[in-house]
Amino acid sequence: MKRSKVLVQEADFDIAEHTRWLRAGLPEIGAVASFLGTVRDMNEASAVKSMTLEHYPGMTEKSLENILKVAGERFEVVSALIIHRVGPLHPEDQIVFVACSSAHRQQAFLACEFVMDYLKTEAPFWKKEDTPSGARWVSARDSDDSAKARWEQGV
Amino acid sequence: MNVKVRFFASLKEQLGRDAQVVSEPFSPSTVAGLRQHLCASDPHFAMALAELGRVRVAVNQDMADDHTDVPQGAEVAFFPPVTGG
Repeated sequence: MKRSKVLVQEADFDIAEHTRWLRAGLPEIGAVASFLGTVRDMNEASAVKSMTLEHYPGMTEKSLENILKVAGERFEVVSALIIHRVGPLHPEDQIVFVACSSAHRQQAFLACEFVMDYLKTEAPFWKKEDTPSGARWVSARDSDDSAKARWEQGV
Repeated sequence: MNVKVRFFASLKEQLGRDAQVVSEPFSPSTVAGLRQHLCASDPHFAMALAELGRVRVAVNQDMADDHTDVPQGAEVAFFPPVTGG
């Protein structure tokens, strides 16, 4: 991998600016696949007014950097980035942006999905939602574990 | 032994603290040994873990399991399954 970065921040971000950064001066890139995660106004049949994202400073960055490193070893990635917000967030806000570039689309798609599946189960973030019936911590989903397990079975 | 233990998210709230220092020896010197020591010395911690069901652990900021060695001076964190993204 020729270029990578991890940003964990409270501030919002501009995906166009970061996508330019991913590609600038790298003419071997022929494909960029990206994923943008945003805050929904509903979860588990309850309205969500806002949420707070807690994380483990230090481990979070280390864990995300390691996920990019593994993705770079496993797929033909030219450049990759992860941006993840922390702190208070509201419906429609951007939470996470992952982008991976490659010469061709297949490797870019695979790398992007791989990074998200690992981020969901390995990176130390926790969501707490503010709902009409009070604040609650979001439970982890089994489907996230099985999404990650696919990659371990060598799909 | 001198281990810094940290707690995050719902576990931190339930315990009412985000960190503590363990200076007594525990055996075996693994994650399982440390957890047993914490449960034995603080029933509140044992209860919080039981209520959480699944707990995840990191040693020196790497994901760990029961068998992971806990070296002198380590930072060990206990937390619920992660929910970012």
